[in-house]
Amino acid sequence: MDYDKALELFEPVLGFEVHVELNTKTKMFSDAPNYFGGEPNTNITPVDLGLPGSLPVVNEQAVKYSISLGLALGCSIAASSRFARKNYFYPDLAKNYQISQFDEPIAYEGSVEVELANGRVFQIPIERAHMEEDAGKLTHVGGATGRIQGAEYSLVDYNRAGVPLVEIVTHMIVGAEHDAPELAKAYVSTIRDIVVSLGISDAKMERGNLRCDANISLRSRASVAAAVAAGEPLPLGTRTETKNVNSLRSVERAIRYEIQRQAAILDAGGTITQETRHWHEDTGQTSAGRPKSDADDYRYFPEPDLLPVEPSAELIESLRLALPEAPAVRRKRLKSDWGFSDLEFQDVQNSGLLVEIEETVSFGASAHQARKWWTGEIARVANERGVDAATLISPKDVSELVALIENGDLTDRLARQVLEGVIAGEGTPTAVVEARGLKVVSDDGPLIAAIDEALAAQPDVLEKIRDGKVQAAGAVIGAVMKAMKGTADAARVRELVLERAQQ
Amino acid sequence: MSTEPDAGVTPDVVRHLAGLARIALTEHEITKLTGELMVILDNVAKVNEVAGPDVPATSHPIPLSNVYRDDVPGVTLTTEQALAGAPDHDGSRFRVTAILGEEQ
Repeated sequence: MDYDKALELFEPVLGFEVHVELNTKTKMFSDAPNYFGGEPNTNITPVDLGLPGSLPVVNEQAVKYSISLGLALGCSIAASSRFARKNYFYPDLAKNYQISQFDEPIAYEGSVEVELANGRVFQIPIERAHMEEDAGKLTHVGGATGRIQGAEYSLVDYNRAGVPLVEIVTHMIVGAEHDAPELAKAYVSTIRDIVVSLGISDAKMERGNLRCDANISLRSRASVAAAVAAGEPLPLGTRTETKNVNSLRSVERAIRYEIQRQAAILDAGGTITQETRHWHEDTGQTSAGRPKSDADDYRYFPEPDLLPVEPSAELIESLRLALPEAPAVRRKRLKSDWGFSDLEFQDVQNSGLLVEIEETVSFGASAHQARKWWTGEIARVANERGVDAATLISPKDVSELVALIENGDLTDRLARQVLEGVIAGEGTPTAVVEARGLKVVSDDGPLIAAIDEALAAQPDVLEKIRDGKVQAAGAVIGAVMKAMKGTADAARVRELVLERAQQ
Repeated sequence: MSTEPDAGVTPDVVRHLAGLARIALTEHEITKLTGELMVILDNVAKVNEVAGPDVPATSHPIPLSNVYRDDVPGVTLTTEQALAGAPDHDGSRFRVTAILGEEQ
């Protein structure tokens, strides 16, 4: 169903679960390095494999990071919180349970301010943030395109098992209306900004450091009006939970898709099945997963191998004092530091590239150039490829590119070619310039030779310039740029041609 | 279905729990366990007779908290050690039979 039509008939109700992987040196409950991506099953200890006789011990740094995150989310920190076993049978964890927190999370009841590109400000109510461990990585073999369906067997790498996670759960979010997809993106982007500014996570969505499950349900406008008239509590529709939404762009698209899909079913008189749905980046659709069932009975019980976490008031206060500025304050400061207009800053906000631009500026680039390249050419290529801009190039490389432009080594046109090379994995901007021979020719020798050649072909140009028709120089400049395959600095060529006319 | 003790232990509750724990039980075992679990829960429930609402629930027998580990990497297993007890593997990863369910 058309999006506007869907919103006319139904009100969307949202909820998010965001998992953040902490960048501690070791895992949550073992001293194995917190690193995966290396050789499979090398960063593990008996604890991560749940071998008999092994016992978990809590990583103090992970607790501090979790408290800092809880405070940054405006949450209260529990004077006493404990771990629980979440029991399920699935080979991504060898113990047959995940150590998580259930009835006593470390942080509860907070609020996060999110600002949309159109200036709307939302307070997102946070229900809780709790500590848990990540699971191992499964590779399904024998099925089509690595999917679980039809696979003959699966291979398990436990390097990621036990990596510290904080799961942030929101309360129900109402009132987003048409902005629901954008709000979803802005919320995840704000969480990313928060954990990056706290320095507690690498927060790379494409690597799974930050993952979002999006809950959404619809309720008809008619049912809301009827409930209001009768003075009854507002009705709630059946919700779906979309998983595997691993880029900011996908968060926005997935919410929009689910609103349209559910609206079409409800409007045709159908019902929504409460289920997990999987987002497919390639098709821009969700597909049905597991319906909620008995399997969701996790039989949580207190983890007998771990003692309660009871942070002192002094510890909590010292972590509170060390908090970086709140995102809203930070946004105001950056806008003023960078001297951006409202429109320019909204452009940055909307791109979700605030962190990248800030880092690029920290490497020495001007804010103006950093914004121009991130929200311009880089965002354009990202959009074309359907990926997040942050995955294409590092802030350091962008700052290097900007430096080359500001030194006069590259024109904008050449810089775009260098960018293309960097994105293609050819190396740093300097390396690409060397390899592709793209540097602006600043030595006047080859320029003068090319100008001589162009003037020989158009002998009347100098006369026209002397007669005051300066624009006639354009023909020569064009010919020189063409002859030099764009490596000439057009402004310098113009200067040289005008000098020649005065001789 | 509730598995709270005060809902009473019925054969259906035992069947449900056995399913969750992936334990195959015969009808005879279900009947036997229903009775045994009931007795166990009744005995545990006696605690309620002495512990009023003013006594907080205890999850750990020893009053200790905040037992932590420094964030310093230690010794890890080698791939060979990790896979030593695996029923099946491909040389670096554990091999498990086809999974019918989905990720949790």
